[in-house]
Amino acid sequence: MTFRARHLLGIEQLSPLEITTILDLADRYVDLNRRTVKSSDVLSGMTQINMFFENSTRTQASFELAGKRLGADVMNMSVASSSVKKGETLIDTAMTLNAMHPDLLVVRHGASGAVNLLASKVNCAVLNAGDGRHEHPTQALLDALTIRRAKGRIQRLTVAICGDIAHSRVARSNLILLGKMENRIRLIAPPTLMPAGVQDFGCELYGDMKKGLEGADVVMMLRLQKERMDGGFIPSEREYYHRYGLDAEKLAFAKPDAIVMHPGPMNRGVEIDGELADDINRSVIQEQVEMGVAVRMACMDLLARNLRAERGRALAAVMP
Amino acid sequence: MTTLHLVNAQIVNPEAGTVSTGSVTLAKGLIAAIDGPKPKGATEIDCGGHYLAPGMVDIGVKVGEPGERHKESFRSAGLAAAAGGVTTIVARPDTTPAIDTPETLEFVTRRAAEASPVRIRHMAALTKGREGREMTEIGFLLDAGAVAFTDAFAVTTDTKALSRALTYARSLGALVIGHPQEPGLSKGAATTSGKFASLRGLPAVSPIAERMGLDRDLALVEMTGARYHADQITTARSLPALQRAKAAGLDVTAGTSIHHLTLNEIDVGDYRTFFKFTPPLRSEEDRLAMVEAVATGLIDTISSMHTPADEESKRLPFEEAAAGAVALETLLPAAMRLFHAGHIDLPALFRALSLNPARRLGLPQGRMEPGAPADLVLFDPHAPFVMDRFTLRSKSKNTPFDGQRMEGKVLATFVAGTQVFKA
Repeated sequence: MTFRARHLLGIEQLSPLEITTILDLADRYVDLNRRTVKSSDVLSGMTQINMFFENSTRTQASFELAGKRLGADVMNMSVASSSVKKGETLIDTAMTLNAMHPDLLVVRHGASGAVNLLASKVNCAVLNAGDGRHEHPTQALLDALTIRRAKGRIQRLTVAICGDIAHSRVARSNLILLGKMENRIRLIAPPTLMPAGVQDFGCELYGDMKKGLEGADVVMMLRLQKERMDGGFIPSEREYYHRYGLDAEKLAFAKPDAIVMHPGPMNRGVEIDGELADDINRSVIQEQVEMGVAVRMACMDLLARNLRAERGRALAAVMP
Repeated sequence: MTTLHLVNAQIVNPEAGTVSTGSVTLAKGLIAAIDGPKPKGATEIDCGGHYLAPGMVDIGVKVGEPGERHKESFRSAGLAAAAGGVTTIVARPDTTPAIDTPETLEFVTRRAAEASPVRIRHMAALTKGREGREMTEIGFLLDAGAVAFTDAFAVTTDTKALSRALTYARSLGALVIGHPQEPGLSKGAATTSGKFASLRGLPAVSPIAERMGLDRDLALVEMTGARYHADQITTARSLPALQRAKAAGLDVTAGTSIHHLTLNEIDVGDYRTFFKFTPPLRSEEDRLAMVEAVATGLIDTISSMHTPADEESKRLPFEEAAAGAVALETLLPAAMRLFHAGHIDLPALFRALSLNPARRLGLPQGRMEPGAPADLVLFDPHAPFVMDRFTLRSKSKNTPFDGQRMEGKVLATFVAGTQVFKA
């Protein structure tokens, strides 16, 4: 088992071995979560603070549940509506929290790089729960776990990532992770939602969804991030659905056993057909949610082990 | 005033393009002689075989007066400039309030003269409040000593207002300095679009926005015949347009910043806000194209684009952080990187740092010849050091070179024949 990281800021900093370590441990937590008695004590006595500068229901609930199942004291700070509005800077908020001696800090922020900045100022393990358009590492990890359990492997697969790639941190983390695990990645998006220079990341780019889906093992749909758009990226939602919305007809171009994924929340009828999303033979969207809790438990468990070891070393260094 | 006789110097003459060993005599504020005999009663200074060049004339320095004196005052900027070998600061008018009336211009002129050991000249805003609507009192401001007119980074979107201002400026022979950028395209951008910006998930602008802004400005210059200087050309795509305008005989010059000559977009690394600039840092290809354009003379001037920012405005997520860096004290060692890399020789560097900016503004500085103002910098281009930002004299410490190994130290600075700095 190899996991050296102090924080989980992004997939970019993880090695393939570390990714595998997280997924293996998460598999064990999936089993735990399916039992009636789900409690564990690996984080008992530790304090976890969820600090969400952007509104979130699903991710915050998932992190909260993950922490509680591991026995941590979990506190939710809805910073989106508090002191930040009074003009306090991110650093000041971080320093205030740091003084309360948390052990795990789960942070979501609207600006890319904000979580990296915060991590450099605190003495605990920081988990990035999404920063701007940069990274959302636990989402990519839970997607990888879902794929591995459905396909039996997370290598040598053809994965099509489709939709609003420009505004998506999920897409960035996923394409870094899938690239590190040596998969073939296709990005499907209208040109206005395709970020510049992504062809250099070793992806194949498609404007035509049907061509892009041909022979795909995994179809990963993204949410159209209307709240991040400053207008005019697509002509209309109905034209978008016609050209880039996933329905049975377009999915027929992928492999017959291809799975359909979506990070949620879905815009039914905009990027994905409602019936298809609910089709238990194709859609693994509910499993993604289940894997989310397990992956977050695994990440926090591993970070907590490193934090304990680090504090132990620091203590040993000052002992005579 | 004592007469100074500087001996044993390697004299950099940007006009002649030469470096020669000899002596320089300074008397009555002017260069009295080069390689002349030591006058009676003169104080001799041994330059120890180091290089002596015309002091730098830095177009586009932001000083925080009025409005942001906690970031930089005329005193701190002047001390930083003296230590950096900049003998003439050409201050920007993007202060709070903007320098857009003869009264505010007189205020900063008086403050600067009291506080600074180096010369400070002032630019005035081209439009009132830098809002791009009504032109300022260009005539009065010229009389009050404005050396150029610019709205700094605020790009005038009202093309008609800009064409009127250019037409009016032309009738008075005033120099207009533009910031070539298409503001619609660059709105909200923190980086240059491309692989790096996409990886970091940062809002980005295509380098084409600079060419679009330049194309518009040059078309208006063609129409009005105004004297025009582009503050910072930073992308290769802008160069053909600049070349064509010069070949067509338009009264056009261009500058670039020392940061765009020595750093590229990758330097931003892990969201380091000290590397955030307006315009943003470009690709390595663009950087090399700018270096070559300076070497060939297509780009006329190099500026520090000194922009003080305090810790509070930099310790923020990248998108929200202030842009710009302090650079008066790092201008020379950073420029020496181009010299050491073999890209540009010393006379050509000082042509862009001293001679050309002075000429463009109609100032007598920048020359190494008898009769020219005795504004000089003595430096050792090879002296190595590690940059520590807390040693800077500027009130703000936001330099991207913090912790970097640099070569090139200013040993002494002379303004009007008086030594204002000694290392």
